[in-house]
Amino acid sequence: MAEFRMPKLGADMSAGKLVAWRKQPGERFERGEIIAVVETDKTAIEIESFATGVLEKILVEPGDARIPVGTPLAIMAVEAGTLPPAEAPRAEAAAPRAAAPAPRPAAAPRAPVPEGARAKASPVARRRALELGIDLAIVTGTGPEGRVTLEDVEQASSARPAPSPAAAAPESRQQRMRDAIATSMARSKREIPHYYLATTIDMAKLDAWLEAANRERPITARLLYGVLLVKAVALALREVPELNGFWIEGRAAQSEAIHPGVAISLRGGGLVAPALHDADKRTLDDLMAAFTDLVKRARVGSLKSSEVIDPTITITSLGERGVESIFGIIYPPQLALVGFGKPVERPWVVEGKVCARKVITATLSGDHRATDGHRGALFLDALGRLLQEPEKL
Amino acid sequence: MARMTYREALRAAMREAMSADPRVFLMGEDVGRYGGAFAVSLGMLDEFGPERIRDTPLSESTFVGAGIGAALGGMRPIVEVMTVNFSLLALDQVLNNAAALRHMSGGQFSVPMVVRMATGGGRGLAAQHSHSLEGWYAHIPGIKVLTPATVADARGLLLAALEEPDPVFVFEHATLYPLEGETEDGTPMQIGRAACRRAGRDVSLFTYGGSLGKCLAAADQLAGEGIEAEVIDLRTLRPLDTGAVIESVSKTRHAVVVDEAWRTGSFAAEVSALIMERAFDELDAPVARVCSAEVPMPYAKHLEDAALPQPESIASAVRQMF
Repeated sequence: MAEFRMPKLGADMSAGKLVAWRKQPGERFERGEIIAVVETDKTAIEIESFATGVLEKILVEPGDARIPVGTPLAIMAVEAGTLPPAEAPRAEAAAPRAAAPAPRPAAAPRAPVPEGARAKASPVARRRALELGIDLAIVTGTGPEGRVTLEDVEQASSARPAPSPAAAAPESRQQRMRDAIATSMARSKREIPHYYLATTIDMAKLDAWLEAANRERPITARLLYGVLLVKAVALALREVPELNGFWIEGRAAQSEAIHPGVAISLRGGGLVAPALHDADKRTLDDLMAAFTDLVKRARVGSLKSSEVIDPTITITSLGERGVESIFGIIYPPQLALVGFGKPVERPWVVEGKVCARKVITATLSGDHRATDGHRGALFLDALGRLLQEPEKL
Repeated sequence: MARMTYREALRAAMREAMSADPRVFLMGEDVGRYGGAFAVSLGMLDEFGPERIRDTPLSESTFVGAGIGAALGGMRPIVEVMTVNFSLLALDQVLNNAAALRHMSGGQFSVPMVVRMATGGGRGLAAQHSHSLEGWYAHIPGIKVLTPATVADARGLLLAALEEPDPVFVFEHATLYPLEGETEDGTPMQIGRAACRRAGRDVSLFTYGGSLGKCLAAADQLAGEGIEAEVIDLRTLRPLDTGAVIESVSKTRHAVVVDEAWRTGSFAAEVSALIMERAFDELDAPVARVCSAEVPMPYAKHLEDAALPQPESIASAVRQMF
């Protein structure tokens, strides 16, 4: 038996609303299938299963507005061997204890915490957190080396929003979105020593290539230059992987996979930045289709949990709004954010002569704890170089 | 009830046992005419005569072996080894004979012998005369290891030791002999029971023998800072009162083990492992140990003080847990 728990869909998510079940008791599901829909302060998210199995029993009915992260929502039977490779050996090793460790990947896909990194907590704090249904990742540890102690868990429990009249009053989605952004951005500026770099990139070759490429495509399949930028960022990250990953427990954890989160502004205010998975390995057409789909689903509020959890870096662009450069705030616990401004025509020197040229300003916000400006500069340099060879993207 | 010193309490217990049971006798280096290296048996030669208070040659292996033989022959010997430092010469007798004979004979033989010895440092006697090796003895199945830390325990535990059918080793921390306190007349205590010497809710200090006073002093210091330390006197290292250890740590969720022996392979390591095995889910912090520095004991007083657990180092270990 495994518990399916309220997932943590962002560094600052402490509770979510269960909107709907997509599977009913007795129903089978494959790994990757949608099991439930959860609404966070930002958006509704479709929760995918990380394993194959059968939904046995539903513990929580849809509707409750603030279910703490980690609360068991359903019981499921998980098939051994269907867990992601990183989890499989652990599940195997613990086989005599039934499926106890198995549910974790499926049940509580924590924020983008890489395998091996876990919050420091004392044994009794862990036990009590389990009893109270509190996710240790959201508890601030006050013990030596930031260890979460029993007292911290008790305090987190008593501080948990009680179902008071005030809390029960439905807040507007916009307000909750603002609150969520406020929390994570304030944390970012409080904790992350940002450094900022900018470079101006000649777009002439890219423009020419894109025009030619789109001539061969039907209107619905045309590429936007934004997708080329995403691909170029992903490839540049292969060269400077130190910018791709997370800051976990006092150190940088690089991610091998490159999942850029693309910032998408929402009608009514606010934004989300869901992942374009493995952007470095996908073709431009594939990325374009995925990007279009992502924007559409982000705006109607049906993102998948992996898209919300997985981004390893954020890419933002305010070019459409006429802004020439953007110095963004890193989305914790990511290590960097790449910004693009509006492509503009500027006097540009080519082979000793001034001519009008379309250029774009690319910026990098880096976490100085993880990288130095030197690495950041190498990244922007690689990005500029890659964009001069669009045919290779 | 009577007020006396630790050494007088030991003497009282021996006199009580010898008066009640003609099989009990004392032997060891200088226990007779000199009255014992620590004056524990002072006056006993006059009272009981040379047959029952016997001075032995300077040969630990010989007189511990003779004690084992006497016990096998139906006597109830008390063997005083001057200090634990010299007891190593008799370790073969202890390990291979005293501890093993009951098992090797299928229960036909028993060795009801009590071996008393001084232990510990803190008296400026340097590297060869400051050992705390009771933890080594506690490693041996087949014997019991007592470490009385109070005047009452010195008397009550020694009396209990004399009633045991198997070898019992009593370790008397040498700094405790002049300690004064109340004792009960002729009342053996139960072996294998720890005692709570000070109740507290925040942290448990587990200790025994000569370190008890230091732990109580540390607890006093900590109380002034708002940390209520519980002090558990283990009293018996083998058999260890595991229930008392688990119960206390389950209450305070923080444990510091204080042991005058060297840290590596110490009895403190045993207590620490026990807590990890049996009370892992109760812990709110890693178990801490305060032991002696891993050096041969320095002679210079300030260096010796620095090498041994002290109230300040114990309190400091506690503070680091919060």
